[in-house]
Amino acid sequence: MTDYRLIGRSPNRFYLMQIDLKNIHKHYGSIRANDGISLIIRPGSIHGILGENGAGKSTLMKILTGFARKTSGSTLIDDQPVDIDTPAIAAQYKIGMLHQEPLDFTALSVLDNFMIGQISGVYQKKETYQVELMETSAQLGFELDPDVQVHRLTVGERQQLEILRLLALNTRVLILDEPTTGISRNQKDILFTGLKALAGAGKSVILVSHKLEDVIALCDEVTVMRQGKVSGRMTAPFHTDRLLKMMFGTLPSPPVHRPANPGKVAIALDQVTATGGRAGLENCSAMIHEGEIVGLAGLEGSGQGVFLRVAAGLKRPIRGKITFKGEMLNGTGYYGFKKRGGAFIPASRIEEGLIPGLTITEHFCLNEKQGSFFTVWRAALKRAKECIAQFNIKGRPAIDAAALSGGNQQRLLLSLLPLNPTVLLLENPTRGLDLGSAHWVWRHLQEHAARGTAIVFSSSELDEILMVADRTIVFYNGTVVTDIPAHKADADTLGRAVAGGERPQ
Amino acid sequence: MTSSSGPGSSKTRHILGRFRQTAVSLLAVFIFTTLVLYLAGAPPFAAYYHIFMGSLGSWIKFSHVIKAWIPLTLCACGLLYTFRIGLWNIGIEGQVMMGAVFATALLRTGVEDGSPAISFFLAFLAAIMGGAIWAAIAGWLKTRGNVHEIFAGLGMNFVAQGIILWLIFGPWKRPGVASMSGTELFPDNLWLFYLPDLRLSPIGLTMALAALGVTTLMLRYTRIGLNLKAIGANPRAAVLFGLKPGQYMLLAMAFAGGFAGLAGAFQVTGVYHRLIPSISSNYGYLALMVVMLANFNIWLVPVVALFFAGLNVGSIQLPIVLQVDSSLAGVIQGALVLTVLAAHGFHGWRKQSQIKTLSEGAVPNA
Amino acid sequence: MLDINITIMLASVLAGAAPVLLATLGETITERAGIVNLSLDGSILLSAMTAFVVAYNTKSLVLGFAAAALVGGLVAMIVAIFSIYLGQSQVAVGFVLTLMTRDLAYFLGNSYARLQGPQATPVPIPFLENFPFIGPIFFTHSLPVYISLFAIFACWWYLFRTPMGLTLRSVGEHPAAAYARGVNPGMHQLWYTLCGGLLVGLAGATFSLAIKPGWGRPQGAEGTGWIALALVIFGGWHPIRAAFGAYLFSFLQVIGIYLQGWLPSVPTQVFQVAPFPLMIFTLLTISYAQKASERGLPAETAKQTGRIERRARLKRLLRVLTGNAPAALGRPFRPE
Repeated sequence: MTDYRLIGRSPNRFYLMQIDLKNIHKHYGSIRANDGISLIIRPGSIHGILGENGAGKSTLMKILTGFARKTSGSTLIDDQPVDIDTPAIAAQYKIGMLHQEPLDFTALSVLDNFMIGQISGVYQKKETYQVELMETSAQLGFELDPDVQVHRLTVGERQQLEILRLLALNTRVLILDEPTTGISRNQKDILFTGLKALAGAGKSVILVSHKLEDVIALCDEVTVMRQGKVSGRMTAPFHTDRLLKMMFGTLPSPPVHRPANPGKVAIALDQVTATGGRAGLENCSAMIHEGEIVGLAGLEGSGQGVFLRVAAGLKRPIRGKITFKGEMLNGTGYYGFKKRGGAFIPASRIEEGLIPGLTITEHFCLNEKQGSFFTVWRAALKRAKECIAQFNIKGRPAIDAAALSGGNQQRLLLSLLPLNPTVLLLENPTRGLDLGSAHWVWRHLQEHAARGTAIVFSSSELDEILMVADRTIVFYNGTVVTDIPAHKADADTLGRAVAGGERPQ
Repeated sequence: MTSSSGPGSSKTRHILGRFRQTAVSLLAVFIFTTLVLYLAGAPPFAAYYHIFMGSLGSWIKFSHVIKAWIPLTLCACGLLYTFRIGLWNIGIEGQVMMGAVFATALLRTGVEDGSPAISFFLAFLAAIMGGAIWAAIAGWLKTRGNVHEIFAGLGMNFVAQGIILWLIFGPWKRPGVASMSGTELFPDNLWLFYLPDLRLSPIGLTMALAALGVTTLMLRYTRIGLNLKAIGANPRAAVLFGLKPGQYMLLAMAFAGGFAGLAGAFQVTGVYHRLIPSISSNYGYLALMVVMLANFNIWLVPVVALFFAGLNVGSIQLPIVLQVDSSLAGVIQGALVLTVLAAHGFHGWRKQSQIKTLSEGAVPNA
Repeated sequence: MLDINITIMLASVLAGAAPVLLATLGETITERAGIVNLSLDGSILLSAMTAFVVAYNTKSLVLGFAAAALVGGLVAMIVAIFSIYLGQSQVAVGFVLTLMTRDLAYFLGNSYARLQGPQATPVPIPFLENFPFIGPIFFTHSLPVYISLFAIFACWWYLFRTPMGLTLRSVGEHPAAAYARGVNPGMHQLWYTLCGGLLVGLAGATFSLAIKPGWGRPQGAEGTGWIALALVIFGGWHPIRAAFGAYLFSFLQVIGIYLQGWLPSVPTQVFQVAPFPLMIFTLLTISYAQKASERGLPAETAKQTGRIERRARLKRLLRVLTGNAPAALGRPFRPE
């Protein structure tokens, strides 16, 4: 039996630590991201911080780990008030965080990533670190190759590496921010087993998540956050309904899964091979019909993104054909796709979808394509005002698009779509959105589908796919594992396919 | 300072703040330049006096300043297009040179008899085309060859300089001995017309003012201007709006090259009346600094250009009267841009720590 | 025709490359930390002038080199400070500095033009210089040239064989991740920009005190800074590959001198100007080839899988040859 207490180097590995957060406030202008949060993290416990996107969980953790400065309130470690101003100081207090987007060095090797932050000086003791990496990795059931470059690892593997690194630093409080997005069930099981063992050895674990089932499965106690405040606390055993009520207040009504009525083929891929992402895309064929909503499932980087971009003409395949209503689309680029009524909304809204520095009105002006030489400011302003009202965007026409919140950015992107698109390709359309906004987005998209638009979307949440998709295509390592209609899909089957298991019949 | 009361006062405070910023910047530059002058062993105030008198001392001197202002403004206008799309058009020097070459070529081959007006018109047209083509080559290297526009531009600058030197010492050399003083002078009727007393070139002034007007119009009121801005801010998102960034980059470069070429043509027809090795007089690089100092604001461009032109012209006689190099102008100009950039930096830094801006008010995905 | 002495030619390639090499190595370090120092060209001139003036007045070469290094370091620091602490564009500040330092060099050095000053003398290494072929090529140079040779290996060793070098690379790759690990990216960037600047300053001093002794307008060092910047890219941000590029450039220059003798009808300006665009267009070829391998083949022609594999191998080869820029180059990290 592995003695998890022996993980980590320091002689103080039996030292237990308690963290008290008292009345933490964090204000951004008039927005109160954290509005008087108090909680206690006990040593040896797994503490869940539950709340939907936008509740303020990540902000709180940023404060605890030194990435942000609180506006007011106090942090106490073992009843001593401390000021955690930078991540370096948080590391000194043995507080470490696994970020939602891995903060690692993709161009460097696993071993290099492990070493950075622990090493100094001019003499290199690579072998010592390598040994430590392999030993700790084996103890926790991870499998990592020290010489491979990190950009080739899956998200789950990058998480594992980060956990190993934090343990090597003898982290006593391990924070995980949405760790289960984009990892397989198997990887999740390994992770949870490891976390339980670490807690058993006296370390504290904080799980920040919006997923009820993960929190229930793993945590000893839960603090529920809603709109910047603590809306409830509970210890195990948990009551799902009460937790849901604390999370949402009133649960927003989910969109109804209406019956599919697929028409002719709108867009088809035929034996397409392309590079990109972690695994590329290998010999993929799929046909998407009008009025159909197709969900692309799979671990992050398994080929869904490449599929969408190849279909949109943003990426040229090495091999294969893409046809749009029978016409060959290869080589016409996004311009050709757009001309035929297609539209693509990327996952990174502000890096790829919207234009920072341009106001909402300017975005609409940009969108008007009537071949005129002069800009049509008045028409654009009118349209902007209409869309702001219709799509419930919280912002005035003259504000910078980068200043909008995630949910409003997505609404803006949806409002910029053509009125009757033929094909809509969406990458993670509801990522980072609170449930109410997510449901609103789907209701809107379903209206498009009802009018005959073919919709293809990728998502790392199987629940979402099960909720709205008429058909699901599962990707694993760049290949299509399965392509099944909704009535044959359930969480188990899809879960196994996503993790690379057997193809369901 | 009392709190704001009423809609006008925050704006006046803003303007007063800007004035204070400018005053501090000028003071910093003044102190720095004085220090440099001491180091060089030159009397500072004498230097300032000579620069002032050298540019504003008489109407003749001021007309020289205008002569420098015209090509500088033309280049600066062109650069506004490339800056807008996020390109560093360092190749503008070469574009000025090629414009000059094309204009000279046309004037040499062209219309001996026949009205000079047509010759000029054609020469200017040729110069615009020459500069635009030269710029488009650099743009093509960037869009297709993925060579950063700074390096492409530099390479093209060297090539253009080489071409000019070859022409001056080769095919277009003066009869007798070839020399660094350039090709032979154009015949009198191909010298750009100057108003006799004012010593100003109406054509030159018109070109500069037209350039300013056209650019204001293009950038603010046309689709092209908005598209340039969009692509400059986020080329990947611009694709999703149906734009083709490569096309617009070439277009912006062509615009910049065209204006630069026109500047070169003015240098050839209105200033030197022949082709010389340093026909661009460094106006290309200087225009980059003008645009930076003017903070990419077209209303400030002509003002800053006038100031810089004055510094250039004023320091021409420094070697003669004070035995110091005329590159003092460049030192002052560079110091000005740096201090203004520093002031922007300080201002932004203070603003960030005092007031939380609206962009921070966007709730992060939390 | 073959009246070139190969040993002398190669020796002059080695010597002539010393300044470019030093500047390139310095800039490689700076860019590995994530900062682009565009002021190289003017900075080299300013430090060349400083070296000459200080050496002339103090009669000490060492002081001249030291002063030049200091000047190079200070100018580089300005770029770093403006970027890290004032949030201004590195390209903008670097560009302004390159013009300003050049003008400053001409202005302050005006009264020292065409004077005879101290010069670094060749220091042949006693035993090694007598080796049959490599002796005269490698071991008969002045101290700055030896320093440049040493610098190649020192830079390589530091970057790839020490923990501090790994931290340096991490700052240039992903400063936010380095910050999360307790590294202070700003401090590291500042420090390494200074180090890179010191090497650039030494490059300038090598010009005015060894390779092209003296000061004037022009000095002869003009354009070197831009070449160094191009060589950093050409070398894939790797000291040894960058050194290869520097020697290639120096070779082109030396060949140019010989060619001029053989082709007297071609004007001298062509030879003076030619190496610069040649280097810059080499970048074009490399990046074009890289893009071509990434583009993939149109559907109709890609019949065999073998072709795909060959392309993948070519791509990997090119990656080895060219390397990738530090991911965060030019974008400093500003924590909240």
